[in-house]
Amino acid sequence: MNIIIAGDGRVGSTLARQLSAEGYDLTLIDSNNSVLQTSMERYDVIAVHGNCASMATLRQAGVMDADLLIAATSADEVNLLCCSTAHGLNPKLHTIARIRNPEYIDQIYEMRDTFGLSMAINPEKQAATEIERLLKYPGFLRRDIFAKGRTEIVELRVDEASKLCNVPLMEMAGIVKCRVLVCAVLRDGTAMVPRGNFVLQAGDRIFVTAPTENLTVLLKNLGIITRRVRKVMLCGGGRVCYYLASQLKKAGIQVRLIEADYNRCQELNDLLPDAQIVHGDCSDLEVLESEGLTDFDALVALTGRDELNMILSLYAAGQGVPQVITKLAEVGSRGVIDSLSLGSVICPKELCCNNIVRYVRAMQNQTGAAVSVHAIADGQVEAMEFLVDENTNHCGVPLKQLKPRPNVLIASITHGSRTEIPNGDSMFHQGDTLVVVTSGRGVIHQINDIFA
Amino acid sequence: MNYRIIGRFLAQILTIEAVFMLPALGISLGYGEWAAVRAFLFTILIITAVALTLFLICRKAPNALDAREGMICVGISWIVLSLFGCLPFVISGEIPHYIDAFFEIVSGFTTTGASILSDVEALSPGILYWRSFSHWLGGMGVLVFLLAVAPGSKDKGFTMHLLRAESPGPDVGKLVPRMRKTASILYIIYIVMTIINILFLLAGKMPWLEALCTAFGTAGTGGFGIKNDSMASYSPYIQIVTTVFMLLFGINFSCYYLLLMKQFKAVLKDEELRMYIGIVVIAIVLIVINIYGTYGTLGETIRHAAFTVSTIITTTGYGTTDFDLWPAFSKAIIMFLMIVGACAGSTGGGLKVSRLLYLLKSLGRNITQMLNPRRVKGIRYNGQIVSERILDNTNAYLAAYVSIIIFSFIVVSLDNNTIGTNFTAVLSCFNNIGPGLEAVGPTCNFGHYSDLSKLVLAADMLAGRLEIFPILVLFSRSTWKR
Repeated sequence: MNIIIAGDGRVGSTLARQLSAEGYDLTLIDSNNSVLQTSMERYDVIAVHGNCASMATLRQAGVMDADLLIAATSADEVNLLCCSTAHGLNPKLHTIARIRNPEYIDQIYEMRDTFGLSMAINPEKQAATEIERLLKYPGFLRRDIFAKGRTEIVELRVDEASKLCNVPLMEMAGIVKCRVLVCAVLRDGTAMVPRGNFVLQAGDRIFVTAPTENLTVLLKNLGIITRRVRKVMLCGGGRVCYYLASQLKKAGIQVRLIEADYNRCQELNDLLPDAQIVHGDCSDLEVLESEGLTDFDALVALTGRDELNMILSLYAAGQGVPQVITKLAEVGSRGVIDSLSLGSVICPKELCCNNIVRYVRAMQNQTGAAVSVHAIADGQVEAMEFLVDENTNHCGVPLKQLKPRPNVLIASITHGSRTEIPNGDSMFHQGDTLVVVTSGRGVIHQINDIFA
Repeated sequence: MNYRIIGRFLAQILTIEAVFMLPALGISLGYGEWAAVRAFLFTILIITAVALTLFLICRKAPNALDAREGMICVGISWIVLSLFGCLPFVISGEIPHYIDAFFEIVSGFTTTGASILSDVEALSPGILYWRSFSHWLGGMGVLVFLLAVAPGSKDKGFTMHLLRAESPGPDVGKLVPRMRKTASILYIIYIVMTIINILFLLAGKMPWLEALCTAFGTAGTGGFGIKNDSMASYSPYIQIVTTVFMLLFGINFSCYYLLLMKQFKAVLKDEELRMYIGIVVIAIVLIVINIYGTYGTLGETIRHAAFTVSTIITTTGYGTTDFDLWPAFSKAIIMFLMIVGACAGSTGGGLKVSRLLYLLKSLGRNITQMLNPRRVKGIRYNGQIVSERILDNTNAYLAAYVSIIIFSFIVVSLDNNTIGTNFTAVLSCFNNIGPGLEAVGPTCNFGHYSDLSKLVLAADMLAGRLEIFPILVLFSRSTWKR
């Protein structure tokens, strides 16, 4: 499949890395020649230098033979013009535009028709949604959603006080009193797919597959306080903050927002009538104290500086704030970040890329390829969602009679609205959704690769 | 630097070499030449053993090649390829002296066509085939072939470094986003054109083995003759077919890709192609005027002049006539053509027409700027501004080119041949042509040179084929520093 990426910035180059590794033919467009050279050296892609909204450049990039255009330049207007021009040249083209300006958000659905967009993505809004989801279930470091929201893989940290510490996995069902499956464990930076006799230790991060309706039971039986988050402190008043505050307001959560720029404070005050806006510099920790940090149920660090966000989170965690969420623009090395207690880490760029990659896979999805792929456990483990169709082998055969490939695990089977954590007698049928976990990269390209 | 990467890379290259020796083995079997059969069998066994050992030692190598490793891989693999490729000549006893055999196969892989043999017709068919096939393989490049076929090169770290190091030209780019696909397209164009060439030769009633060998020599712009008089005894039809195909293989292959993509305008407007055709036509006209009267008819004069001009500018090196007997003016033109060489991105050698264009344009700019110091002027090539980095590289290339010629000329002169012989021998080897003038002229060979000179000339051939830098870095201390 031929894909054009307009804008070789942070999102553009991350997409280039991921999509070229997955075997798509990529053409990058950018007006800065030196970033293009770097990308050509690093990834197996071709580059066109020029303005991505001009017809000549688009033609040169092969828009007539392309299947998908992703416009991810820094300017929303350029992205829109680029998609609309390209769509005019090649009506069969799918287009994805990154649109970040909150003023355009309400009109996105109407703009899709006007500008010939297949999808508009807003990384900041996605990040806000993701943060809101985490705030709804404090205790999980991360939630990945499969099968249209019926199955989830959640990340938990096992510490010394946890009921799971020093427990073999086969005894876990007795503790949590619902059917869940630990599909991956991250210990000392190495991910593994564990067996039943695996004993959990303090410091492990576990990835648990569970039907969404079991999550509350799971948390309750693990003794993790499921106190509802009522008061949240947001540090930094950027776009993510605006989206998050307005979403939290709808969920009835009280928000106190600290922003250093007075004009921005007034703007936010205008936009968010119900939020408490505080004019103060977050890097001065006294400000957090005087705003009563310890009374809050959660702190979300959303300033524009990664270093400051990390310090804020570390400080808040040290002060005993029950839930801490850190926004980072760049998650260079996961290993370094995980050694700190930053709570949940949210990276808008990664979310945005994952979303686009999912769209690309869905476009490609005619031959039993994964509907979605989520990288978990520092990217060492992949969780994939497959649809069972008429071409799938082994339908209706109990799993104990099948031999899956090494390092491959079927984590859940969703029949209609019911999700089952499989055992030896489980089987799948046409129309079911499977979640498969594998620690070997690139082993599984389509559903029939699961079994040897 | 990671030596394991290089080791595994060499193992892959050697495997390809062993596989490509199989047809030669088959031909030797078919003709019942047992000495040659034994030679190819032994060589294949030796190569397989070495490749397996390297694979075992280096199986844990990481996948990504960086610029330095890519550069070194290219240089070393061509040397290793030649070290093993000459074994059939030695083992079969047809070229018993190892350095002679090494010179011969380097001349083959680098598509030079300079030979140390005085009696080519004495070689057995299998050996003859392998000698000519080395041209074909070396023409487009072994590493490009590896990029096109190697299992696993699909999404591993094979990026631009290898293509850039092995493909000729100042500014190498991909045709399509995927490296593997680019390499496959190049090879498919190459194979199809070779097959068409073979069919044309067969239509001229050439025996099939000779047609294969001639086509391989033409396609790679190599020029190993399979007759002692090269192409002189073949019919005018075959000479004309070879002239046309030599010129075709001297054109940038991306032009053929553009033709396939139906972008005829872009091809017609290609500055390098226009200049290449211009040089060829002017050179033919000048030589015809200069040598008029030497041959019986005007037609024959034009045929010989056209053949010689195309054989030299594309750096092939076949011969239909002894141009060493021509007047000095014609010989001067031939020496100029030797330096110019073919188009970038073709199978030919030399300085490359596009590089000459860059140099001339940058010379013109310097003159303008000397007269108008405040003038800002970029250099355009096919309508696009050429980046200053590429111009710098081109200037550095010219400097390296001249230094190597002078250095080799001085060393080769130890053998006490005439200046004309030594200078054209170096020019001819370094630009991958084959014949020079005087004692290395079209009717003579390189057998009389000393072993030292042969090694220097072989190094020149490699440096010329790989565009100097991949070979030059092997001698640089900073390359091997950890």
